[in-house]
Amino acid sequence: MATEVALPEPLPGFPRFRLGWGRVLRLALPLLVGIVVLVSWEALVRIQGIPVYVLPGPLRIAARLASDWDTLSGSLLVTVRVTLLALLAAVIGGGGLAILFAQSKWIEASFFPYAVILQVTPIVAIAPLILIYIRDTELALLFCAWLVAFFPVLSNTTLGLNSVDHNFIDLMQMYRAKRWQVLWYLRLPGALPYFLGGLKIAGGLSLIGAVVAEFTAGTAAAGSGLAYRILESGYRLDIPRMYAGLALLSMTGVLIFTLLSGLSWLLLHKWHESAARRER
Amino acid sequence: MRLSHVGKAFANGTLALRDLNLAVRPGEFISLLGPSGCGKSTALRLLAGLGSPTTGELAWAGDPTLSFVFQEPTLMPWRTVFGNTYLPLRLRGMGKAEARPRVMAALAGVGLAKFADAYPRQLSGGMKMRVSIARALVTNPALLLMDEPFAALDEITRGRLNDDLLTLYQRERLTIVFVTHSVFESVFLSNRIMVMAARPGRIVADIPVDAPYPRDREYRTSETYNRHCRLASEALHAAMAEAADGH
Repeated sequence: MATEVALPEPLPGFPRFRLGWGRVLRLALPLLVGIVVLVSWEALVRIQGIPVYVLPGPLRIAARLASDWDTLSGSLLVTVRVTLLALLAAVIGGGGLAILFAQSKWIEASFFPYAVILQVTPIVAIAPLILIYIRDTELALLFCAWLVAFFPVLSNTTLGLNSVDHNFIDLMQMYRAKRWQVLWYLRLPGALPYFLGGLKIAGGLSLIGAVVAEFTAGTAAAGSGLAYRILESGYRLDIPRMYAGLALLSMTGVLIFTLLSGLSWLLLHKWHESAARRER
Repeated sequence: MRLSHVGKAFANGTLALRDLNLAVRPGEFISLLGPSGCGKSTALRLLAGLGSPTTGELAWAGDPTLSFVFQEPTLMPWRTVFGNTYLPLRLRGMGKAEARPRVMAALAGVGLAKFADAYPRQLSGGMKMRVSIARALVTNPALLLMDEPFAALDEITRGRLNDDLLTLYQRERLTIVFVTHSVFESVFLSNRIMVMAARPGRIVADIPVDAPYPRDREYRTSETYNRHCRLASEALHAAMAEAADGH
């Protein structure tokens, strides 16, 4: 073909991270809403003279967060540690099982129902048993959190690994690709968007799992995570500290979600439609 | 390469092909021309070794390298144009450094050397198909199988790709089996047209197109071209009428 192709110039580009007005507003508007809510809350508490043990104002909570920072940050670290380890285990366990399932329909058919049973049984109901069998409390918490988090990774990745276009399978067969090559060059990259979707859900669930397990462990997890701190503050009617702990948990969840969304964007924005922006 | 008395029945009982005989000689450009559902794609897939015939047999001379171009470009969206073209060599275990000159030559062959680092998402339909052809040619195949590769493209792009395919055919001395349902495309491209009829799929006419290459715009308006178009068209209509009578 002597003719050099002279077609779309410039080539449609990739979505880039730009700081335009749209993005500024997108950040500024929710912030504004947050500030309005907080100010109204503070005003309501002061004007109505609501006692601190019923509803503390945000300033009071912030002050408590600052004064108890040493204890609370230590507990935060414990909870975050369990959450992240559980997420890691979910990625390895869920992803690994999905790859195993993709090897044979029969393996999938044999084991998938049990993965579903593990998922649909409420964690709160299993946690006490787990705490009895696993003596090491942190390990028990980790197991609970993993149990909640691994399923979305497993089911999404399994779906992704099975959603390969048949033409690609034919193509690989024509090139006499080996089994591992089909997995490595075709199935795994094809499943990546599905896996990342599952990971985003698993991130939030592993935090929930960690907190639920801690609540169940109660005083057995003496002096450990944030959920325990909230529980303890509840017994003492230390409402501001309960709110402070809650705020830290929410922020952790938001941070995890943001980081995983960022990772997803980083891996997909060059090729996947979900991350691509269309110009109209 | 030879198909003799090949039949293919699907699990649902459909007889896709019956007693198909086809010998492909080196350097030929064969078009399988027929209405939809006549089994021309099935025949091509059998040639490719994708699936095996129910009856009859396939015989290859030695163990030739085959390449297949699908109706869709079938490019991996996560690999660049270079990465997609490199894939067949990668699967054979060839390193990137060693493969680079061959990949770039294949891309230059389809006029896309400048776009090696682009992703498929950034390309037009015609460009994607060019990448698909480059990927098929990078292994220097003894036989190139094409399954209605340009059917989804607009008329203008299709015309250009037809021209460029003929240039490649001559320059690389390719052997091609090309499935199409366009009479004009088959007469323009090939030197042998096998007209197929449906239900069950079989070859009903073998029309040689003896016009010399290179073929250009002049050929498209020539008397030879017209005559062959009429021949192929009549054979196709006869095949379709026969199939209609059968029902």
